[in-house]
Amino acid sequence: MNEQDAREAVHAAIGKVAPDVDMADVDEDSRLRQDLELDSLDFLRLVETIDTVTGVDIPERDYPAVATVKGLIDYLAARG
Amino acid sequence: MPSLGADMEHGKLVEWLVKPGDYVRRGDLVAVVDTDKTIMDVESFQEGVVADLLVDIGETVPVGTPLARITQTPAETGPPAHEGPPARATAKAAVSKTAVPKAAAPEAPETAAPKEAAPIAPPVRHLAHRLGVDTAKIHGTGKGGVITRADVEHAVAARPGSRVRSSPRARRLAAELGVELATISGTGPQSAVTEADVHRAAGSHAEALVPEVSSPALHAPPKGAPEEPVTGKTSEARERLASLRRAIGALMSRSKKTIPHYYLSTTLDLRAAVDWMQSVNAQRPVAARLVPSALLLKAAALAARDVPEVNGFYGDSGFRPSASVHLGVAVALRQGGLVAPAIHDADTLPVEVLMEQLRDLVSRARAGRLQRAEMADPTITVTNLGDLGVESVYGVIYPPQVAMVGFGRVMEQPWAQNGMLGVRHAVIATLSADHRVSDGLRGGRYLARIEELLQKPEEL
Repeated sequence: MNEQDAREAVHAAIGKVAPDVDMADVDEDSRLRQDLELDSLDFLRLVETIDTVTGVDIPERDYPAVATVKGLIDYLAARG
Repeated sequence: MPSLGADMEHGKLVEWLVKPGDYVRRGDLVAVVDTDKTIMDVESFQEGVVADLLVDIGETVPVGTPLARITQTPAETGPPAHEGPPARATAKAAVSKTAVPKAAAPEAPETAAPKEAAPIAPPVRHLAHRLGVDTAKIHGTGKGGVITRADVEHAVAARPGSRVRSSPRARRLAAELGVELATISGTGPQSAVTEADVHRAAGSHAEALVPEVSSPALHAPPKGAPEEPVTGKTSEARERLASLRRAIGALMSRSKKTIPHYYLSTTLDLRAAVDWMQSVNAQRPVAARLVPSALLLKAAALAARDVPEVNGFYGDSGFRPSASVHLGVAVALRQGGLVAPAIHDADTLPVEVLMEQLRDLVSRARAGRLQRAEMADPTITVTNLGDLGVESVYGVIYPPQVAMVGFGRVMEQPWAQNGMLGVRHAVIATLSADHRVSDGLRGGRYLARIEELLQKPEEL
């Protein structure tokens, strides 16, 4: 998957899990947990949504790599 | 209008899920009510046919106001089963009210004059009633004209468009989506058609324009709910948040004025729990993965069974411990504010089931779709605020409960044991408890019990 597709997938997934977050205002360095205020259940749902939409299953050991919006986009772009 | 929480004085009816003439069973959802805190589904306390809706949509009424009249069906009003001559089905139905004030038992229905009807044994009458067959119209083929089970079944088979078991919401949804209920095979209890079945059936029909969550018309105006577009809703959302904030403020003031809180805290060693969870999660698809909260909640529920002084209600006559553990979970709403609905019998649920229920509860809480029982009866509440960063949280007890458990952030920290220093996952657990009911010794026992339980996560 190219970076643009990855970005779209991430934006769509965040929009679904946290509809109150306006992605247009989000800096890609934002941390999903601290800055976007996703709790552990939101985060799990995000990972699940991404798996369903892109087929990329992010194992728990890779969670630190996808802690930011940018990290998640890069991860998908590399594997999707 | 049932009480949907200790602090609730009135509620606004936002939607009827049934209409006059609908048949409802105990526990069927009949209405949607807006309290100051959230929007909730209200179930029927009785079985029968809806005779009248007494409260209009948009009307705010005090707790205890009847919402609807439910006419009990013949099978309900028939005399109790006797030995000897078969009971007679009564035709005229008695009327009693639903949504009686809390704790009041429904009045015994008046016995109505029996009409001429074929004799029928109670189990068969019950079957007929369940299948929606009018026994007065059946010709009994049994001894002495008694209606048999087979007669009832024939009557069902002979009926055009036989009645399908379904919840009122499923029926409503089916009507909205233009799906014929009789064509759906139900997957609910006793093959009842569920909302999910209707969605599936609608999805397999040609126009796949069915919204993913469910039809917006089905949902009450979910003010500020995440699914709604934000545009045009902002002021309404603000108003809702302000009223939620007032409700929380009133309840917490009452708590702090009436409950003598004491506070304890301890650091729990989570090495075993986190190791176990990671190894389990590595084998599981993402949808089945656990989060540490699930383990913490299960341990908190089990420990509450062992230390009953933290689990129950404090009322006018003092403390009443609860035999079951309905674990309230404080859920932060994304638009601000919080609610604390219950996971029922959390101590008896396997961790996987508890995890599923936690996810379900949180998503429904955030969408404003909680049910009455979930809001009304937690016996102890847990706040897991630490998930978003803080190390420890000391909660304020929700009256009439007597304890609030807080979990901070799960983090790695240096851990000294047997003269050795290592790094372990740990979490700070706190207890705010009611001094009228327990003291530090028992409260400390509760927290210690949680830690013991977490050392054997596979047994949780």
